[in-house]
Amino acid sequence: MLKARNIAQIFKKEFSVYFISPIAYIVISIFLIVTGWFFFSTFFLYSQAELRSFFSLLPITFSFIIPAITMHLFSEELNSGSYETLLTLPVSIKDIITGKFLAALAFVAIMLLPTLSYPISVSFLGDLDWGPVLGGYLGAILLGGMFISIGLFTSGLTKNQIIALLTAIGICFALTLIENLLFFLPESMLGFFQQIGAGYHFRNISRGIIDSRDIIYFLSFIFIALYSADLVMQGKK
Amino acid sequence: MIEFRQLTKYYGELCALDHVDLTIETGQILGLLGPNGAGKTTAMRILTGYLDPTSGTINAGGLSIEKDILKIKEMIGYLPESAPLYENMIVYDYLEYIAGMRGLKEAQSRKRLSELADACGLRENMHRPIHELSKGYKQRVGLAHAIMANPEILMLDEPTTGLDPNQIVEIRNIIKEIGKEKTVILSTHILSEVEATCDRIVIINHGKIVADGSTEELKQSSKSEYSVNISLKNAEFNDVNTELGKIEEIKEIESIGKNNEALSIRLSCHTDKDIRDLIYKRIKEQTWILVEMTRDIKSLEKIFGELTKEN
Repeated sequence: MLKARNIAQIFKKEFSVYFISPIAYIVISIFLIVTGWFFFSTFFLYSQAELRSFFSLLPITFSFIIPAITMHLFSEELNSGSYETLLTLPVSIKDIITGKFLAALAFVAIMLLPTLSYPISVSFLGDLDWGPVLGGYLGAILLGGMFISIGLFTSGLTKNQIIALLTAIGICFALTLIENLLFFLPESMLGFFQQIGAGYHFRNISRGIIDSRDIIYFLSFIFIALYSADLVMQGKK
Repeated sequence: MIEFRQLTKYYGELCALDHVDLTIETGQILGLLGPNGAGKTTAMRILTGYLDPTSGTINAGGLSIEKDILKIKEMIGYLPESAPLYENMIVYDYLEYIAGMRGLKEAQSRKRLSELADACGLRENMHRPIHELSKGYKQRVGLAHAIMANPEILMLDEPTTGLDPNQIVEIRNIIKEIGKEKTVILSTHILSEVEATCDRIVIINHGKIVADGSTEELKQSSKSEYSVNISLKNAEFNDVNTELGKIEEIKEIESIGKNNEALSIRLSCHTDKDIRDLIYKRIKEQTWILVEMTRDIKSLEKIFGELTKEN
């Protein structure tokens, strides 16, 4: 059973650890530079008051950035041996995974916070439709959660943070780009592969159409990946 | 009370613990001895819930590790070997985090941290990052971590490696203090440490318990076999051999060297009695000059060596 007190403690510690090391500041800076550049470099060409180009690039940026946020979560502890200390505290592995997941999710939310300046500045330039913007941010959190759960899973597989990082990038990238490779596939399989890709569901939400199918896609993906991480960690005992 | 029942652990093909049965009473300080890779750490890790046994179980305070591992974890304070900690955290933050995990409320936690800072001699280092500390201080942080919630069972895996002699004495005193009321399990290769602190010694080799008892009992058990070393001047080995060979209790006589005209001889005895007076009487009848005679009861090192020798 999950225990809220333990999850809160793990969350607090993991979240503060992000800001002790310089990694957090580096990751946030890179994220803002990349998204800011790609967004504003084309924004004035179209002269439309919308954030579509920002959100359409988000799955690809997240594929690189989020594994960098999650790679240390288990690998570092397995490598230094502090995982042993952690497991001898009165917590279950499920508490640990949930706490670490929520800490990374909160970090992603903090990382997205400065980008709110884009829609705010755009709304001064023209008539901005806030529906897709809110949808986009909801989608970003869900997509972030999904990639975090993948990163958490790969981090549990190895002591080596670089391997955890590259494996997670590979999986996230594949899930993002799978729909661009659909023309290779026979027509009968198109529907399935389109549904499995993260890009398709994210695009739906970021258009401002909140469909329960897309939400269920993300939530079930998160659940499956976290559950797999739990199985991996249990297997180490 | 902690009971290990038929505890077995395999790492793949490798058998780390082989049907171990062990009962530890509350208030005992138990020393777990054994060569590297004997299974000491594995046994401790199973009790802390870090590893699951392949078969068998452990009961602690009426709870079993399969069902109530979280409750057992609450009773246990554990210091793993070389105290792996979160290196980039500040000592105070780290201990505060542990206090939170152990369920201490904020006010309690502040009070406890202050007590531990004094008890473990960490007062001046509370606000430094852990990676800046020396090995001895890291070990102290680990100890503070282990005794945070006044655990019923304290387990220490090689607690004094890397400490200076003063720190070793301090840590031993802390262990003894805790051991007055609580159960302490201490794993180590340092035999003098066990003699200095433990009530009971369990020696493990290849995953099996090969000896169990107090230091005195272990020494006693081998008391019927001891050797007497003598040095004689003015003597020939053959004469000594025939003359002393007449004493029944002496099983074997061997020459172990000759220097300064003195002949060194080891007499292996097999008896409960001290037969040095008999040997002396025999020597007195001859023209030999006795320059040295010592009785050599097996030290813990020897017992350990014999029990854990290969094959």
